[in-house]
Amino acid sequence: MADPALMDALRAGAGGSADADVGPRPSDLTVRLGRAGDLPAVAAVLIGPYSMALATVVATDETATPDGDLKVRYVFEPTAPGAPDRFVTLLISVDAAHPEVPSLTTAVPAANWHEREMQDLFGIVSVGHPDPRPLVVHDGWPQGVFPLRKAFDGSQRVPVEPADEFPHLVAEGEGVFEIPVGPIHAGIIEPGHFRFTSVGETVLNLDARLFYTHRGLEKRMEGLSPLDAFYVAERICGVCSVAHGLGYCEALEQIADVTAPPRARLIRSIALELERLYNHVGDVGNVCAGASFHYGTAAGMRLKERLQQMNERLAGNRFLRGLVVPGGVRLDLSDDLLGVLAVTLQDTLAGLDSLMERIEANPSVVDRLDDTGILQHQAALDLAVAGVAARASGVDRDARRDHPHGAFAGPEPLDLHVVIASEGDAMARVTVRALEARESIRLVGELVRRLEPGPLQVALVEPLPGGRIGISAIESARGEAVHWLRTDAAGRVERYHLRSPSYHNWPAVVLAAETAIVPDFPLVNKSFELCYSCTDR
Amino acid sequence: MLRILVNALRTGVVTTRYPAEPSVPPDRFRGAPVLRPGSALPPPAVCPAGALSEHLDAGRRHVVLDLARCVFCGRCAEDPWVDAVTMGRDFELAARCRDDLRIEVVADDPTVPAAGPAPDPDAEAARASSEIHRVLGRSLHLRHLDAGSCNACDWELAALLNPVYDVRRLGIDFVASPRHADGVVVTGSVTRNLETAVRRTFDAIPDPRVVIAVGACAASGGIVGKGYASAGGVDRVLPVDVYIPGCPPRPEAIIFGILVAVGRLSARRLAREG
Repeated sequence: MADPALMDALRAGAGGSADADVGPRPSDLTVRLGRAGDLPAVAAVLIGPYSMALATVVATDETATPDGDLKVRYVFEPTAPGAPDRFVTLLISVDAAHPEVPSLTTAVPAANWHEREMQDLFGIVSVGHPDPRPLVVHDGWPQGVFPLRKAFDGSQRVPVEPADEFPHLVAEGEGVFEIPVGPIHAGIIEPGHFRFTSVGETVLNLDARLFYTHRGLEKRMEGLSPLDAFYVAERICGVCSVAHGLGYCEALEQIADVTAPPRARLIRSIALELERLYNHVGDVGNVCAGASFHYGTAAGMRLKERLQQMNERLAGNRFLRGLVVPGGVRLDLSDDLLGVLAVTLQDTLAGLDSLMERIEANPSVVDRLDDTGILQHQAALDLAVAGVAARASGVDRDARRDHPHGAFAGPEPLDLHVVIASEGDAMARVTVRALEARESIRLVGELVRRLEPGPLQVALVEPLPGGRIGISAIESARGEAVHWLRTDAAGRVERYHLRSPSYHNWPAVVLAAETAIVPDFPLVNKSFELCYSCTDR
Repeated sequence: MLRILVNALRTGVVTTRYPAEPSVPPDRFRGAPVLRPGSALPPPAVCPAGALSEHLDAGRRHVVLDLARCVFCGRCAEDPWVDAVTMGRDFELAARCRDDLRIEVVADDPTVPAAGPAPDPDAEAARASSEIHRVLGRSLHLRHLDAGSCNACDWELAALLNPVYDVRRLGIDFVASPRHADGVVVTGSVTRNLETAVRRTFDAIPDPRVVIAVGACAASGGIVGKGYASAGGVDRVLPVDVYIPGCPPRPEAIIFGILVAVGRLSARRLAREG
């Protein structure tokens, strides 16, 4: 499936010194650049004429292999609707003694956090990065210690120094104030620090410091059997348990060269839609909390609770953990359970319609949401924003269609209605979410109709094939998540990397909040509804 | 406005009666694993969270399950160990003492029943609890402290405030400031980046104060364990009064644990039930 014109353009960008291979998947392309310095020019070809976006950046430490180097893979994907399911990887070799690469951030803003993370965890410096502050490591992290290098023993605690001051942009002038918020918040939410610089209620600048929940999970998974590491992947994030579990499984199944049976793929997609549904319904309710519409909050919570109770009946866990496993699914859906599912979804649909009617009929809520926290279309493209946030700003992307997975990868693909809005404000994000929830209910009905008796799992035999790469993209409730997994020579996890949708969306929250006033920040934040845990890992 | 009232009346009361009435989890619910003494119990490597261990005592193989570490994935109850381990449906697992969550069976002798720890008066914990009870009565106001969770436990804590669980009916509430709190519910294994914030939040809570570790990560490190970015459990940083196992614990399991903390329910000595 290699595209000769694309290859010629990339070779020209690299001044001739580029080799291309098919991979990791048969539809993908991996381009090895002879000189790291050619990276910006080659990336410009993908971003410009081929209108691709950055999907993920994965660094690996291969100093112990015959290559003896660090490697960085910049993975791009097409953004045009209807483009083939393809990843284009630009691979560069980095000298471990002088780990420097040219920065892409100025030309590709979505690379910003990837490059800062690589600097913190691998010591790979992106030369020319406009904002090279530490991202992932806080509070007196020792200089020159890079936890994702293979020589670093990840099982040892690194002692905490007293908290350092968060380095951030400082504005001065009459009436300019700083408002520090977090990391411990007033509500039951995840931890992050937000530093507002404001004049009166107007936000001049917002800086977000995240990675408080950085648990070192990618390091934790290294060296494990891929079948054991699955249980870690499933627990990176609570509300993305199905999506991340499935993304990991699909990457692993590529490595093992197996395909989950049709019935398992259908059940996986049902689970993925149910995860989207309870999140979207709950998130619509939570936005009401930001607008002090308590009836809406309670109604959303009640609908979400009903769905989570159903999850527990289907999977034995309210977050649907324990349903998806490598090779297929662990539990079947009996006719009894499908009956419960049908009734619950019917009631949810009625409840959600009623809730949206009450929101739209309530001027005090609509007034808060309209024109609040606008994310411009171009900014959404530049930052490679994913999911609801992207689609509410007119970006027509959905990994279920663009990178088919679960039942979407079958021979008879499901018809998916991708919901788009153009306003880019909080109201658009709420509306898109509500319409997507309706679409999920419709999809579950269709998926259930397609269920045929059949096996639930294929066996994955250890040891798994060594030295292989698997890559997958899953449309979680938050948007597209990209999983990258590689096995070592013994078939164990050599490196796993998750780029969650929230990872690309957080910088967009900051931009959107800067168009709003300080008291609207909770509303803006809830309208994006991002995870901290799958960003921080 | 009228529509809202009509909708509210039509919805009726959805609030659970738990704990006045028991909560029965669905058939597939995975609660505390039950190990059968004398059967072919799985090797420790089966557990992805490291909750299983084994040792030889007087020539006999003892298998120990640490419920604080268990992530309730059900892997140890799968083929070929279905006869040795079954996933029970008990979810009221909160304990005052970490050791109360260790269940030990003799793998090669069915005549020895599952053994819990020796009866422990928990004198220190009981004293703290009676002090809480004396000063605060039956009500408890808690501050939530996310110490690096995956957010599942956080969402379950948030669910306690939904119309179904509505823990305010039990005198339990979540407050915005540690200064207003009688204690903390902590989720997550205490990450390096949050350790300072965790200590400072705890220090800001007036005495007497309770610390409730919610979920496997908080109770023991769980599947995250201990590493460069994780302390491996709340009790490595703060004194913990009550441990609530689960990944995540369902809302009723958290209610149970909070009521244990305030001395209104006594922790089940589940290991005794074998």
